[in-house]
Amino acid sequence: MNLIVRAFKQLVGLFVEDGTLALLLIIWVGIAALALPRVPINSSWDAVILFAGCVAILVENVARAGRRD
Amino acid sequence: MANWTHIGPAVIAAFLASLLDSVEALTTVLAVGTVRGWRPAFIGAGAAMLVLALLVATLGPALSLVPISVLQVTIGMLLLLFGMRWLREAILRSAGVIAVHDEAAAFAKATTLLGRKRKSVVATWDKVAIATTFEAVMLEGLEVVFVVIAIGSVGNTLIPATIGAAAACVLVMIVGFALYRPLARVPANFLKFTVGVLVSAFAIFWLGEGLGFSWPGTDTAILGIIVILIAVAVGAVRLVRSSGRAPARKANRT
Repeated sequence: MNLIVRAFKQLVGLFVEDGTLALLLIIWVGIAALALPRVPINSSWDAVILFAGCVAILVENVARAGRRD
Repeated sequence: MANWTHIGPAVIAAFLASLLDSVEALTTVLAVGTVRGWRPAFIGAGAAMLVLALLVATLGPALSLVPISVLQVTIGMLLLLFGMRWLREAILRSAGVIAVHDEAAAFAKATTLLGRKRKSVVATWDKVAIATTFEAVMLEGLEVVFVVIAIGSVGNTLIPATIGAAAACVLVMIVGFALYRPLARVPANFLKFTVGVLVSAFAIFWLGEGLGFSWPGTDTAILGIIVILIAVAVGAVRLVRSSGRAPARKANRT
């Protein structure tokens, strides 16, 4: 049982170190998937906005980590 | 059909991820081999490499049966979390917020720990030594296997990515055992930074495609994403540094 729990924790650890970063990225991709196709803008901007959101989340996260530590 | 704008970054990402993780795994294998004997060290490492190879051989082709749009979104999301985690860590290490990983210190710590656990064991079937190398190689290798399978299956570059990862592993083994010490001079954070950028770029590109968004410049957009991510990450390092925190000391954190 202990081995399974450790293996699971290691598996999750592959993707999540800072929970806030992971959660915000998931939420942002979800919002982008649902909302962007409905927003009345040129569809060629959808991918660019998705990218910009991911970058903004990363920058905000490292800036906050820098202030916190 | 994969093209060179995908194959190149895929091979580089797999090679560098494998290089970084192989260096970290090698430190443990060397420590176990030095303190408790080479036979159990090689048994543990070999068994883990066999399991990892089986994972690539089974999961890689199996994923190619899943519809590409489903793969792009699911694998893309996992790659995004993985890539951004590495990139965040590399940025914070470069900025001095997180301590830099030190292979020499990790080796010293591992040998001390393993020396303490030493009992009167015959070196042929030392369970602690076998388990230690097996776990270290599995733990580091899983990251490489994920990168190879994820990038390889979605981008149709499984074979080039596997070759890239295997080449790095062989290179580290040859250099590591020739020098007979941990590869402390490998620029681990630079490798982490590069892999973080490449994996994040693939992830964002595939997520966009999987969600039905069209990228300006289609396939070549991935090169633009890579360039912008590098610029943003370098800017983020400067931003965090300018916040004026004291630099972190070296530590064994991976």
